[in-house]
Amino acid sequence: MIRDYLLEEKLPLFWCAGCGNGIVLQALLRNIDKRGFTRENTVITTGIGCWGKADDYVTTNSFHGTHGRALPFSTGIKLANPDLHVFTLMGDGDGITIGGNHLIHAARRNVDLVAILVNNLNYGMTGGQYSGTTPKHAITKTSPYGHVENGFDVCRVVQAAGAPFVARGTVFDVVQLDKLIGKAIDHKGFSFVEVISPCPTHFGRSNKLGDAPKMMQWIKDNTVSREKAANMTAEELRGKFVTGIFEEREQEDYGTAYQKVIDSLKGGDRA
Amino acid sequence: MGEFRFMQGNEAMTEGAIAAGARFYAGYPITPSSEVAETSSIRLPQVSGLYVQMEDEIGSMAALIGASAAGKKSYTATSGPGLSLMAENLGVAVMGEIPCVLIDVQRSGPSTGLATKPAQGDVLQARWGTHGDHSIIVLSPSSVQDCFDLMVQAFNYSEQYRTPVIFLSDEIIGHLREQVIIKSPEELEIIERNEPACDPADYRPYDHSEGLAPLSHFGSPYVFKVNGSMHDEWGRPCARPDNADAIIRHLSEKIEAHAEDIAITRKYNMDDAEIVLICYGGAARSALSAMKKAREKGIKAGVLQIVTLWPVPEKEIAEAMRQAKAVVVPELNLGQYIGEIAKRNPGNIPVRGVNRIDGQPIFPAQILEVIEEEAAK
Ligand SMILES: Cc1ncc(C[n+]2csc(CCOP(=O)(O)OP(=O)(O)O)c2C)c(N)n1
Ligand code: SF4
Ligand SMILES: [Mg+2]
Repeated sequence: MIRDYLLEEKLPLFWCAGCGNGIVLQALLRNIDKRGFTRENTVITTGIGCWGKADDYVTTNSFHGTHGRALPFSTGIKLANPDLHVFTLMGDGDGITIGGNHLIHAARRNVDLVAILVNNLNYGMTGGQYSGTTPKHAITKTSPYGHVENGFDVCRVVQAAGAPFVARGTVFDVVQLDKLIGKAIDHKGFSFVEVISPCPTHFGRSNKLGDAPKMMQWIKDNTVSREKAANMTAEELRGKFVTGIFEEREQEDYGTAYQKVIDSLKGGDRA
Repeated sequence: MGEFRFMQGNEAMTEGAIAAGARFYAGYPITPSSEVAETSSIRLPQVSGLYVQMEDEIGSMAALIGASAAGKKSYTATSGPGLSLMAENLGVAVMGEIPCVLIDVQRSGPSTGLATKPAQGDVLQARWGTHGDHSIIVLSPSSVQDCFDLMVQAFNYSEQYRTPVIFLSDEIIGHLREQVIIKSPEELEIIERNEPACDPADYRPYDHSEGLAPLSHFGSPYVFKVNGSMHDEWGRPCARPDNADAIIRHLSEKIEAHAEDIAITRKYNMDDAEIVLICYGGAARSALSAMKKAREKGIKAGVLQIVTLWPVPEKEIAEAMRQAKAVVVPELNLGQYIGEIAKRNPGNIPVRGVNRIDGQPIFPAQILEVIEEEAAK
């Protein structure tokens, strides 16, 4: 039961009505539940942000560290105890802005863990300033005249950095999101899922995208499957969220490779 | 039985860490600490431990804390620039009360400074480097033997008090080569984590109402939350003013109240000493030799070496000052620890610094000069 993983005392959720975070948390917990992971053998690490408060609501082990550093905390946890199921939850500010260096190196290092980056195109927690994924021209609290920078295509970055599993979903298509998170969990190695999610309170309001349901519609209207995107021009793809699995390949993870080093040195521990 | 070896301070730190039971290192190389990383990458997999080189010191500190929360004694090594980057996550270890050992082999700063030259410029940063009120344990070695023995002590303290411990070495000691006895496990007292024994449903990792709460590790039957945000006894976020007050006081008091147990000092010729040298780390070696030269000249000089810099060994410093006619404090900085000593001046005893900040060690002759001046008064 997904309820077993939810800390009832901490409900209701701190997130605004219409925020996508609750949908992502439910999809994650459904997948954890489906696989029978226990509270004891699961660790959920978070960064700092609205999405970074997800750990408040779970009954599993959790680690709430610093803004942008969830991945290195997870790296230590997983390497120290490979039997744990480690989930790393990051916002776009967390994951690819202040923590971008950790993200690309985690993708390259390939420690066996799941990373879920909820991309709401701005810093929700601190009041809606621009992040590394905020698109050009978007209005935020710190780009009041329109953003002059370009936002990252997060999945392309993580893919280029060498992650063996990379996917993007949205909170609009929960069926697909469930599947993507499930596949990420079942894939050994660094498995990355970006989730496009609305922040009606800040990004939505600043850009006049309407209330929560309208923002959902906005996400739906701008979502294109990977298959469909293959036949579209760059111009047609501007501002679109391409969803699907971008990378899915076998690659020896850090823990397995390092264990081989340890085994090759065996012949009695030299304490 | 222990084994006599000839090795470098940095290498002895690695051996000390492994002897203490450390099995995880995360770091980012930096002079003059890199030999700790290199020797750890050789030694750890030999004892089924792990070495991981992170993308920076921010990530290193995070990985270290994560590994400790998952049950492995963990350490890292850096120097000033890296210590600055570790500062934020050091606070997570403080707030989350997760044991770990951070080695700082000090070099001359600020900034990149004189990257290969010794200094003791990080003394106050070690104490106050992370933001917010807290206490921390800082140990300062002055020999290669210290690098081994004190490292074991550093891990013991970190587990015993659920705190990060800073092992504040310097370039002089890090690169010093001398004989060291690598003690065998039977010769060492190792303090292991105080793991909970209660019913897992009742485990509260931050309930210190009956003394410091036991600490479990991820993967045990004890499910728990680590939280860098202000939290209640379960590790759940909690912004109640009385709770915040209690937590912040606890973070200081759990260490300050045990300052006497944590204090390590060494006395040389202190019985009749009138001129007292109070010193630590690399500069302690110069002080000892200056003291001997002063004695040869008939001056009653003695040395109080501070090994536990923080919490401050109040009692020993106060005692030394009661008997002193003058106190001399040699430091490879412009005077960072001297303030702690001056604060404890019972009267108007002259407290004089001997300071060097040009990347060179303090020569005994410099210290001797001041001793002679004070003795002549
Ligand atoms: C080192 C540091 N810098 C800045 C902050 C302030 N801060 C907290 S959350 C946040 C942004 C959160 O944005 P994001 O990661 O996208 O998460 P969201 O709130 O949108 O879910 C910032 C800038 C911080 N906590 N730590
Ligand atoms: S501010 Fe935005 S991201 Fe944060 S809870 Fe509200 S809607 Fe969600
Ligand atoms: Mg965001």
